[in-house]
Amino acid sequence: MNRSEPLPDTFNGYALDGFFDEMFTAQGGLRPHYQRFASSLGTVPRDDWDHRRKAVDTLFLRQGITFNVYGDSKGTERIFPFDLMPRIISAAEWERLEAGLVQRITALNLFLHDIYHEQRILKDGVIPPYYVLSARHFRREFVNFQVPGDIYIHICGTDLIRGADGEFMVLEDNARCPSGVSYVLENRRAMKRTFPSFFEATRVRPVDNYPAELLAVLQHIAPAGVSDPTVVLLTPGAYNSAYFEHTYLARQMGIEIVEGRDLTVRNQHVFMRTTKGLRPVHVIYRRIDDDFLDPTVFRPDSALGVPGLVHAYRAGTVSLANSIGTGIADDKVMYYFVPRIIKYYLDQEPLIKNVPTYLASEEADRKYIVENLDQLVVKAANEAGGYGMLMGPHATQSERDEFRRRIEADPRNYIAQPMISLSRHPTFINDSGQVEGRHIDLRPYILYGKKTTIIPGGLTRVALRRGSLVVNSSQGGGSKDTWVLYGED
Amino acid sequence: MLSRVANCLFWLSRYLERADNTARLVDVNLQLLLDQRSRDPETLAGHWMPIVQSAGDEALYRSLYPDASASNVTDFLVFHPANANSILGSITQSRENARMVRDQITIELWEELNRLYLFLHTPRAAALLKSSPVEFFQEVRAASLHLQGLVDATILHNEGWHFLQAGKFLERADKTSRILDVRHHAFPERGAPAATSSVSALEWAAVLRSCSAWDAYKAVHGAEVHPALVAEFLLLSDEFPRSVRFAVQELDTCLRRISGVAPGRFSNDAEKLAGRLLAELQFGTASEIFATGLHRYIDELQFKLNAIGEALFSVYISQQFALPDGAQLQQQEEQQQQTQADG
Repeated sequence: MNRSEPLPDTFNGYALDGFFDEMFTAQGGLRPHYQRFASSLGTVPRDDWDHRRKAVDTLFLRQGITFNVYGDSKGTERIFPFDLMPRIISAAEWERLEAGLVQRITALNLFLHDIYHEQRILKDGVIPPYYVLSARHFRREFVNFQVPGDIYIHICGTDLIRGADGEFMVLEDNARCPSGVSYVLENRRAMKRTFPSFFEATRVRPVDNYPAELLAVLQHIAPAGVSDPTVVLLTPGAYNSAYFEHTYLARQMGIEIVEGRDLTVRNQHVFMRTTKGLRPVHVIYRRIDDDFLDPTVFRPDSALGVPGLVHAYRAGTVSLANSIGTGIADDKVMYYFVPRIIKYYLDQEPLIKNVPTYLASEEADRKYIVENLDQLVVKAANEAGGYGMLMGPHATQSERDEFRRRIEADPRNYIAQPMISLSRHPTFINDSGQVEGRHIDLRPYILYGKKTTIIPGGLTRVALRRGSLVVNSSQGGGSKDTWVLYGED
Repeated sequence: MLSRVANCLFWLSRYLERADNTARLVDVNLQLLLDQRSRDPETLAGHWMPIVQSAGDEALYRSLYPDASASNVTDFLVFHPANANSILGSITQSRENARMVRDQITIELWEELNRLYLFLHTPRAAALLKSSPVEFFQEVRAASLHLQGLVDATILHNEGWHFLQAGKFLERADKTSRILDVRHHAFPERGAPAATSSVSALEWAAVLRSCSAWDAYKAVHGAEVHPALVAEFLLLSDEFPRSVRFAVQELDTCLRRISGVAPGRFSNDAEKLAGRLLAELQFGTASEIFATGLHRYIDELQFKLNAIGEALFSVYISQQFALPDGAQLQQQEEQQQQTQADG
């Protein structure tokens, strides 16, 4: 590529390979919002990159900014690989995204209220009732229950991707326990420590008020009559993959982090066990699934929950974030209907589009899916973690046959989408010592309380393996600092 | 403060203190061995087995090793995965407790403890122990002192800090008495021990060094090592910060700070037992101890220290906070945190 900009020689040989690139136009020119950053890049000597990256890795390991490897109770901890090349979003683009995300969470909260009350959207025939009533995370016990502040999703992580034409699309909504925000905060801290000069050259909007905003949301939903609520974070425990994040957020908010066994319910009130006896608890930011919250109501074998908690919640003495039953909103079949949901409740067109989606339970769609499995990505409706997923173009014939059988046996549980060529971003690659293009996505974190707050940017995950579209940390994914620029830049 | 948090803080510092004492004990005795004339297995066993016994893990040791050589005992007390009280095991548990209460301790403390933990898990640590044990133990002891400093200098001296102190001083009182007990064979069953030969003077000096007490002892009693003075110094000194009396005094103070009870009074069993033991140490004399017999006295002392620990547990912690079993672990892991996960 020929370029006039003074980019370091680690960019020599950088190729776009026909993908949408966040930093360069198709002609190879720098995008305007990367201009200032590119100029400061040239000031860092090549040897410094290596040196500073190692320093950051050591820092993360020493601070224990790690995730636990699934299935390893010996406590093997790994750092989430961090790439020093930041992803930059212009002020104008962020403004559009922000409006789209606010629109989306507003509509989803209205939708949840509706399906747990009048169910107008079902009666008006906008969504076939069967899809909602059959959803695994629909909690019919909570129909006609008034949740505190009428808010269902307080914290939402919405995954965004950019396809070949560069337009942002929503890949999925995470409306139960979205995780990863601690990396956003720690990545920024590491970048500021490592390259303070970058932040002098490029003016980047700060992210560090997230914990304060989150605490404000949690305090906002305190039960009526409690003026100085005690807020706690309920964690599954030290062996959960996101335990670092739980302690991190609790510390930043200055609240207690509790396990189920620290809590007890007396007379429909929740208390925590302290050295001075029982102390009342008013708001619980829970990082465990509905199923495990209360063994007397949901899974009886739950060792993580609190017997009687749901009873107290129903009595209105304690509030939960997110509310019980929000999983219906991130059911992948419901995702298909989100544009209709936005239209129905807000009478607006969605500002951020969905990825085109086929529902296996619709006959025409199902026919299309099974005939085109080699070009589609198939996802189970209620699984996360890349489980129950088929990447058609990369799968073997027998894997595709297996999915064909599964889809035909249980169509309600499957959707399919075309394979999207995620946009790419220059990324420093260890093995080659060069900057190469790697696929990325973006997860902003939306807080919905008295007002809706989105910290600028979010978590950019990057598929570090060449050619890979999978950004999961378990499959060679890493992360980047995400910069949203101030308006005038 | 959450009972579970108090429990974690207590064990965090208790295991730290344990590792620190084990490091000194092994280091000093490895050096002492260099001065010995005879290296036959019996002499070696006589040297090392009391040290293993003082850690309270003799049966485990015998099941793992055929004899008591320096390298076996060192391996057992420093790295062996089956020995939960080894230096590695203690630091791992200390760090595990710290991890559960990361929001309650300072970043400085966490990072240093995590650094020590990561160091002990590197091949470099094992290699260093082989090539230069002195340097290895120096590294561990320096980290341990650094950690104690961080506990004192960076953490709020509030209720949580008093639980950290309680864990540390309860362990210290116990360990100092055990290290002294290592040489109890040299004592008559009852009565004061006599002045000693030059060889056993070295051993007594080693006991002092194992408690970081050599300089302090010399400052009080001069360079002549007299076993009876050593025992008195380690048990009853009110000025030496690792003596049993000093440690119990500190324990008594922090227990009363936790509850806010005035000196000389008590509001629960832990305070009652600690106060009673402190009075015994304050108003006891060396000759009374020797009349009882040193080994028996130390036995009873450890029994009393255990009782204080149990009482503290039942007052403030009251429910078991065991590490999770298999099913619980699986559930903890399986909770979907919507990130790592989806793609």
